[in-house]
Amino acid sequence: MIMNDMKILQRLYTDKIFKIAVCLFAALTAIPLFAILGEVLIKGYSQLSWSFFTEPTPTAYKAMQAVAAGEPIPGGIANGIIGSVIMLGMATVVAVPIGILCGVYLAENSKKRFAIIVSYITDLLQGTPSVIIGIITYVWVVVPMKGYSAIAGSVALFIMMLPLIIRSTEETVKILPASLKEAGLALGGNNARVTLKVILPSAFGGIFTGILLAVSRVIGETAPLMFTALGCSFIRWDIDKPISAVPLLIWEFFNDPNLQELIWGASLFLLIFVLSLNLTAKYFAKKWNS
Amino acid sequence: MELVNPILEFKKTCVSYSKQTMAVKYVSAAIERNTITAIMGPSGCGKSTLLRAANLMHALYPNIRVDGEILLNGQNILSMEPIEVRRKIGMVFQRPTPFPTMSIYDNVLAGYSLNGIRLSKSERNEIVEKCLRNVALWDEVKDVLNKKGTFLSGGQQQRLCIARALAMKPEVLLMDEPTSALDPIATKHIEDLILELQKDVTILIVTHNMGQAKRISSRSMFMYLGDLVEYDDTEKMFSNPTDERTRAYLTGKMG
Ligand SMILES: Nc1ncnc2c1ncn2[C@@H]1O[C@H](COP(=O)(O)OP(=O)(O)OP(=O)(O)O)[C@@H](O)[C@H]1O
Ligand SMILES: [Mg+2]
Repeated sequence: MIMNDMKILQRLYTDKIFKIAVCLFAALTAIPLFAILGEVLIKGYSQLSWSFFTEPTPTAYKAMQAVAAGEPIPGGIANGIIGSVIMLGMATVVAVPIGILCGVYLAENSKKRFAIIVSYITDLLQGTPSVIIGIITYVWVVVPMKGYSAIAGSVALFIMMLPLIIRSTEETVKILPASLKEAGLALGGNNARVTLKVILPSAFGGIFTGILLAVSRVIGETAPLMFTALGCSFIRWDIDKPISAVPLLIWEFFNDPNLQELIWGASLFLLIFVLSLNLTAKYFAKKWNS
Repeated sequence: MELVNPILEFKKTCVSYSKQTMAVKYVSAAIERNTITAIMGPSGCGKSTLLRAANLMHALYPNIRVDGEILLNGQNILSMEPIEVRRKIGMVFQRPTPFPTMSIYDNVLAGYSLNGIRLSKSERNEIVEKCLRNVALWDEVKDVLNKKGTFLSGGQQQRLCIARALAMKPEVLLMDEPTSALDPIATKHIEDLILELQKDVTILIVTHNMGQAKRISSRSMFMYLGDLVEYDDTEKMFSNPTDERTRAYLTGKMG
């Protein structure tokens, strides 16, 4: 009897220690995140103003003047924001339908040889360093088009987003119960209509979450854009000319001693953007699962 | 047992999931038009497998092999287009499967939209009301037709699925334990409904519940390890089964 009580006590005790350890480690992993957020927030906060979002990057001369006079640096990152939106938009519009189709194909034919090969290529693509994707896009798009452009940049982002969308679609469709598809087919539907009207709507939550995560994953990509979009110091809407992007701006600001102040504002913008995309994705995933 | 006007006929139907074993072995049986036929037998004896073959569900899975013939009005469905067959032979599954993203209204019409058939607004309204009335669901849901089908209770969902199958005006309705996930009251509802339906459609129903088979079916099959052991008028089968295995099962001596 006493033995038993002792044992239970002991077990409760180990349980408690274990719990404390888990909490401790969880807190430890959270520290870097909060450190980064805090640093960027403190340094970038003072940069944020309306003009920061509506004006393009200042010229080196203006920035130098402001720095010399001890004033805040004029201008902002509007050229980068617009470039990022254009390139992400084009990449998403193409990557979403192709990625979804491919993901559905993989989910429904997982045993076919061709599907296995495609699946393997998807894995490889997902693991390919972004700098290599930049080089490849340079060779494939920039060289034949004889110049850097928003199109080339969006091709690079498209290649990076594609495997992410394929995987998330595949995974979401795979976990749908087989009974759903069977019920659709039992009513005499053909495969295409059942996929379009039953499978995809049921998987929408997961697919949408995957798209948001793919966007948030590539929005900060810098290397592939260096080879493709190049950058541009004023606001531009042409898709066949070099264009800027927020992560490219951060790199440029870093290289110009007079513009270094702007790094933090741009970083804060990117971080907030990525965080809100992630939170939206989480919210959707949760809402759809319940 | 006498057959006057058979609609569906299994002829030496065999189904196997792998080369080594057969889940359904040389089943031959004709199903009488506008009757309810029950399929009974212990778990794993091949009831679902046989039923699903009649809906050509095996076409989805390349590892499943079906041999022999299954005739619908004298035509072998195994060599017909699955889409065409499934419009004539509807299926209701064990678990209710309303399409989760569709409203109750759209669920009833799902067969049409999945077949790419366009209907006018008035036709749609008419079909929805008629089918939901047919399954005695209309009064319960007529004010919430735009809610999702999954919002209904289990029994209501199952009736919705029956309405959805009936909307396509099938000649045969296959039901795989349609009440096993439901409580007694919902079960009673569905049994009454099935009895009501037989004037329009031929029903082949798998059931584990002997009472249910007795209450609703006019003929019964008893399957055991893939064989069709006995097929007779329900009354005869329950009062005086021919085969020893049937007797053992019906008297509860076999799981
Ligand atoms: N998808 C499958 N792959 C391989 N074997 C299967 C599959 N489905 C069923 N079987 C096998 O086929 C046999 C018949 O199964 P079936 O589901 O038709 O039985 P059942 O009579 O419907 O049983 P229950 O009353 O439990 O639903 C069983 O031995 C089962 O293990
Ligand atoms: Mg079964």
